[in-house]
Amino acid sequence: MEYFIIVISAIFVNNIVLSQFLAICPFLGVSNKVSTSIGMGMAVTFVIGLSSIVAYLIQYYVLVPLHIEYMQTIVFILLIAALVQMVEIILKKISPALYQALGVFLPLITTNCAVLGVAILLVQKEFNLLQSFTFAVSTALGFMLALVLFAGLRERLDLEEQPKSMKGLPIILITASILAMAFMGFSGLV
Amino acid sequence: MSKFQLFAKGLIKENPVFVLLLGMCPTLGTTTSAINGMGMGIATMFVLMLSNMAIALIRNVVPDKVRIPCFIVVIASFVTVVELLMQAFVPDLYATLGVFIPLIVVNCIILGRAEAFASKNTVFDSMLDGLGIGVGFVLALTVLGGTRELLGAGSLFGRKFITGDGILIFVLAPGAFMVFGFLMVLFNKLSARLNPKAK
Repeated sequence: MEYFIIVISAIFVNNIVLSQFLAICPFLGVSNKVSTSIGMGMAVTFVIGLSSIVAYLIQYYVLVPLHIEYMQTIVFILLIAALVQMVEIILKKISPALYQALGVFLPLITTNCAVLGVAILLVQKEFNLLQSFTFAVSTALGFMLALVLFAGLRERLDLEEQPKSMKGLPIILITASILAMAFMGFSGLV
Repeated sequence: MSKFQLFAKGLIKENPVFVLLLGMCPTLGTTTSAINGMGMGIATMFVLMLSNMAIALIRNVVPDKVRIPCFIVVIASFVTVVELLMQAFVPDLYATLGVFIPLIVVNCIILGRAEAFASKNTVFDSMLDGLGIGVGFVLALTVLGGTRELLGAGSLFGRKFITGDGILIFVLAPGAFMVFGFLMVLFNKLSARLNPKAK
């Protein structure tokens, strides 16, 4: 039950993009097409899931015993950068097909604040290992949901006529606002 | 480019938020009031200025291949410094901004300036560039935060001048996207009117 609540709250109620404002850059940047947004969503889920486990282990088996919790930011960002590189190399060797699908998105993920954000949040929330992993994966799925929904909206939006000053980002932001309003309907669910 | 232009270009012409569209997450996430936006802006400005200076100092020592990891470590160190300082001196603001303070590390403005400017220019020029872009960021966040606070709570910098509750939605998540969207419309409209030559 506890895990169920973590999942629902991370995907719908506290959606990482639409209510926590993390990972806005890829949300606005790679949501042109539904197909690319699915690829990005999968790559992010993969990296966030993996980095949450590693971040948890580093936090509780290295930083806390050594009393250097204040190094968290520096250690985590290096960890994520190294992890992304490693995932890229391993994927290239083991599963070229998956690498083809995710490859372009992987380098972008290092600067995706959701990855670092989730790592910091799971320490703040004092989750155990399994809870951390559940939280991380469902947060990433929430990101994917928001991204795919938004890409669908944008595909339709491109076909419409828009006022001149609203072209480009402004109309996209206003659309995102309406999507965020829809997600507000989930608040109070958990 | 004169020293003053170096500083001033970040304010309007290359404003990091409204023109370059960088650093979206803190821009939307922390601007629930003018004071929060300004606090976040100032924290980012400090990190940007200091990391620009440090990177300009080490630019000739660091081998080209490992420069990005080096830049990230420099930035992360200054973020930790700012984080500890804020925890000590402005604990309330630190609690409100929460996870967004450590996330200054992944703010694309800072790595962007390090890569595009500080790694090629002198220490003093890099400092001016960091200061200019930083002040531009503070301005944008304060304007956005102020607008949201005005509409959402009927106050500005915590001073209330409209009785009643205000329109709550502007302080909540959808309001951030909406106010930012409409501010950009305004910005586009104004800059199109101010220099009609550009397109």
